[in-house]
Amino acid sequence: MLADKDRIFTNLYGLNDWRLAGARARGDWDNTAAILARGRDHLIEEAKASGLRGRGGAGFPTGVKWSFMPKKSDGRPAYLVVNADESEPGTCKDRDIIRHDPHKLLEGCLIAGFAMGATAAYIYIRGEFYNEARHLEAARGECYEAGLIGRNAAGSGYDFDVFIHRGAGAYICGEETGLLESLEGKKGLPRLKPPFPAAVGLYGCPSTVNNVETIAMVPDIMRRGAAWFSALGRPRNSGTKVFCISGHVEKPCNVEEEMGIPLRELIEKYAGGVRGGWDNLLAVIPGGASVPVLPKSICDTVLMDFDSLAAVKSGLGTAAVIVMDRSTDVIKAIARLSRFYKHESCGQCTPCREGTGWLMRVMDRLVEGRAEIEEIDILDKVTRQIEGHTICALGDAAAWPVQGLIRHFRPLIEERISAFRQRSVSLAAE
Amino acid sequence: MVKLTVDGIALEVPNGCSVLQAAELAGKEIPRFCYHERLSVAGNCRMCLVEVEKVPKPVASCAWPVAEGMVIKTDSPMVRNARRGVMEFLLINHPLDCPICDQGGECDLQDQSMGYGWGDSRYREPKRAVMEKDFGPLVKTVMTRCIHCTRCIRFLAEVGGAPELGATARGEDMEIGTYVQQALTSELSGNIIDLCPVGALTSKPYAFVARSWELTRTDSVDVLDAVGANIRVDARGPEVLRVLPRINDDVNEEWLADKSRFAIDGLKHKRLDRPWVRRDGKLVPASWDEAFAAIAARMKDLPGEKIGALAGDLACAESMLALKDLMSALGSHNLDCRQNGARLNAARRDFYLFNTTIAGIDRADAILLIGTNPRREAPILNARIRKRWLSGHVPVAAIGPAVDLTYAAEWLGVGPAVLTSLLSGEQSFAEKLEVAKQPMLILGQGALARPDGEAVLAAAWQLAQRFGMLHADWHGFNVLHTAAARVGALDLGFLPAPGAKGFWAMRAGAVDLLWLLGADEFEVARIPPTTFVVYQGHHGDRGAQRADVILPGSAYTEKNGTYVNTEGRAQRGRLAVYPPGEAREDWKILRAFSAVLGRPLPYDDLKTLREKLATTHPVFARVGALPAAGCTDQSGPGGDPAAMLPNPFTFPIANYYQTDSISRASPTMVRCTETYYPGLAMAAE
Repeated sequence: MLADKDRIFTNLYGLNDWRLAGARARGDWDNTAAILARGRDHLIEEAKASGLRGRGGAGFPTGVKWSFMPKKSDGRPAYLVVNADESEPGTCKDRDIIRHDPHKLLEGCLIAGFAMGATAAYIYIRGEFYNEARHLEAARGECYEAGLIGRNAAGSGYDFDVFIHRGAGAYICGEETGLLESLEGKKGLPRLKPPFPAAVGLYGCPSTVNNVETIAMVPDIMRRGAAWFSALGRPRNSGTKVFCISGHVEKPCNVEEEMGIPLRELIEKYAGGVRGGWDNLLAVIPGGASVPVLPKSICDTVLMDFDSLAAVKSGLGTAAVIVMDRSTDVIKAIARLSRFYKHESCGQCTPCREGTGWLMRVMDRLVEGRAEIEEIDILDKVTRQIEGHTICALGDAAAWPVQGLIRHFRPLIEERISAFRQRSVSLAAE
Repeated sequence: MVKLTVDGIALEVPNGCSVLQAAELAGKEIPRFCYHERLSVAGNCRMCLVEVEKVPKPVASCAWPVAEGMVIKTDSPMVRNARRGVMEFLLINHPLDCPICDQGGECDLQDQSMGYGWGDSRYREPKRAVMEKDFGPLVKTVMTRCIHCTRCIRFLAEVGGAPELGATARGEDMEIGTYVQQALTSELSGNIIDLCPVGALTSKPYAFVARSWELTRTDSVDVLDAVGANIRVDARGPEVLRVLPRINDDVNEEWLADKSRFAIDGLKHKRLDRPWVRRDGKLVPASWDEAFAAIAARMKDLPGEKIGALAGDLACAESMLALKDLMSALGSHNLDCRQNGARLNAARRDFYLFNTTIAGIDRADAILLIGTNPRREAPILNARIRKRWLSGHVPVAAIGPAVDLTYAAEWLGVGPAVLTSLLSGEQSFAEKLEVAKQPMLILGQGALARPDGEAVLAAAWQLAQRFGMLHADWHGFNVLHTAAARVGALDLGFLPAPGAKGFWAMRAGAVDLLWLLGADEFEVARIPPTTFVVYQGHHGDRGAQRADVILPGSAYTEKNGTYVNTEGRAQRGRLAVYPPGEAREDWKILRAFSAVLGRPLPYDDLKTLREKLATTHPVFARVGALPAAGCTDQSGPGGDPAAMLPNPFTFPIANYYQTDSISRASPTMVRCTETYYPGLAMAAE
């Protein structure tokens, strides 16, 4: 269990002042210039040594990502882009960070931006986060007024600007290159890679896109040292993580915990347990809508980190734990997710544009059971035809929940189909 | 160079090549829908997926750069499955209406589903239907068939320079359209029909007319502007049904302008299919013998200097040579081909050619347009300028009334005064010309077809000299013609001999017998009644209305003819269908009439005629080729720049869609005029 002294997000619940004075009282913006004085290379090495992996879902090592940025500018400026377009169903961690601890993010922007040689940070915030954007704007204003960002940011001698851009509510704009397109004022269609953003990113300049939580963790890691961070959690899955627990639990909540905490402990300790007790659990989606669902048998023992969840063919994703008890129609739940992906597909590339609609329609029929048994296999094959064949990861995200459902709940689907058939036979007999 | 292997074949490919290009170099076919050589890479159809060793997922070969030692597999189980999957996805919402689809038989989706698909679909849900869009009178849409490859969007945005198409909505609700439901305004819009890999965009006039396998294909050359686009004429029986571009990277790449593509229905309207003779003020049908006799009777005892001939804009070199030879047999040197009155100087070939060549535009580093609107005069050439402007930040300036050229030209002024200020260096664009290594200027007919045309020509040449446009390996002086016949006529010397009568004199009645070889582009009605007019041509247009004798000739699709484009490139058009009724190939008419006069021309077949042509001017012996570019003689054409008048340049083409007898007779072009120039259409009524 995470000790209070190891917490990074000390105002996650908004009990204290989110403004600059409050943030300073919690230790933010404390001699940031000294951190920058250690130099770019040192900061990148520190980030690598800490083992911090991107908190946006894919879990790519942050320090390594930063190191892809050009060491010397070829004349183009470089940018840090912060992905605050948190739209993954079930996820609300970035929202609370921005709402209650915006200065952690802004300080992180300066440190991370300096480490990668960026001249400015662009924070792309989800359009629906109206109040959060206002907090962030206010905090940014305080920083400029206090000289923490802007010319000679925080007295470091480094010039660094922060811009805030509000999105208009498309899930695909949370995909890193879709976000860049949207930020440039175009339709949010993900770009082909290569070239990667570190070579050609925002406005054609080298850019790195990081998640809010990742960036907000950076100041504490730099202050307390990589060794402190990497000692938390498990090997290759170090540090703390904000988990968002929702669904059929007594007290849905956000909580910061160590990586690798057992799922059951997480739910029982912080969320008051599953509604009706652990044995009433049916399934859990452990990392936001995009990862495969896990049945209770796996939930009993699984640990909450990148590698443990990958080992059971799911993923940590955004660590949004969606709990479903036995009252849930899990087929209907996944069908709802399929509808979501059909609605949010950008329409650019074929497998996702055509495939997500197909999945949704078959899933809708499976909810009733109006299908043939063979169609389960067809459905599974269709998901595999989408997965890995698309420009961005939305195709994968649409495929995985359905794959998880078929993997773990196939008997239930078959039962539903035979029940439907029985019903129609008896109806016909009458 | 990069070494790699494709399906076990080791080869070296250039750096920066894509995997798809590498596979093609290895002789492997990669299916694709969205990828097109001349457009930017979209990578969205996912049909070109291949396996690259050490990459876990199949990669889009059109967008993936090659790397040293790469091992590419284009026919592995992973690749085959990926293609089948993509093919199935493309077909689930594609209607199975191939039997009534105009693309049927030449459809990429059909072909590739045969080659790479499953032959069966597992999709049992309802299919998507999409509302049709109105793209104007040329492009028909059946948007339910669209597979969202975005080629049309990219073409109009990149090549056409009219970014009017886009995708609205997302996911499977994504639709291609103009959003505001207005007609496409690009003069190159027809090319999106060729680019569309399915039947979503088809030709509106050609809708439900024929199946591709019923057509006879004839390679030919376009004559509706002076670019000489390479075309293929598709005909069925006696009818030309459609015209498509052929690839020629030096001329039209693979594009075709809308007029050249769609005006062909004019070939079926207002045709002259028999001779006519005017009796008592009325034209009455006649036989060939009667028509020839009528002309011969008028010619009798007429001295040569009272006979004249004008060549039209669509005439082939063969017929012009025959007419010229006939005229000299009659002792006449009153010839002219400049029916717009342009003060062209034929003393040297580079005074009237587009010397830089169309492909040469790709190397220019500053461009000056003088009295020309290439967007209307030569859309394909304009697209080439735009391509250059896009690729290299080449400064473009123009003199004339400001119009939208599809690229940002700096409009320096409207009249010849700008030339003077450029020459003196006062005009700021002079600095850009000064630093340019290979600057070019394009002189339009709008700058030459005016009383001070000679002075403008001289000033332009001086400009070319002053700014280093003329050196041994670069010739930056260009004249842009609007008529396909013009350069050929100038090469043949279809001009008044010294002392003989030219266009203005003949129009004013200086000759008693005037032979019009398809000449319609001037105020024919103003020829005084004392002049006996013979009209030889294919359409009942202005010339035929004034004529005393009409000899029905053939249009460019109905004869074997040679045309020299504005660059000076001789190209051959070929007979695709026979001329209608009693109409004949033009040189044969002239040859036959010469026999009636008892002075037969010295050629009995096309071969001997072409041999004569080649001896008249060497360009006709080098079909398709161009002589080496470069200026060897700096001395310019005569004329005094000081004689330039203050009045502004005007552009020669007001209505792009109707510029000649064929396009004026075309119902499709009439619809275009109504759509794009509603003011003009009303004035015509």
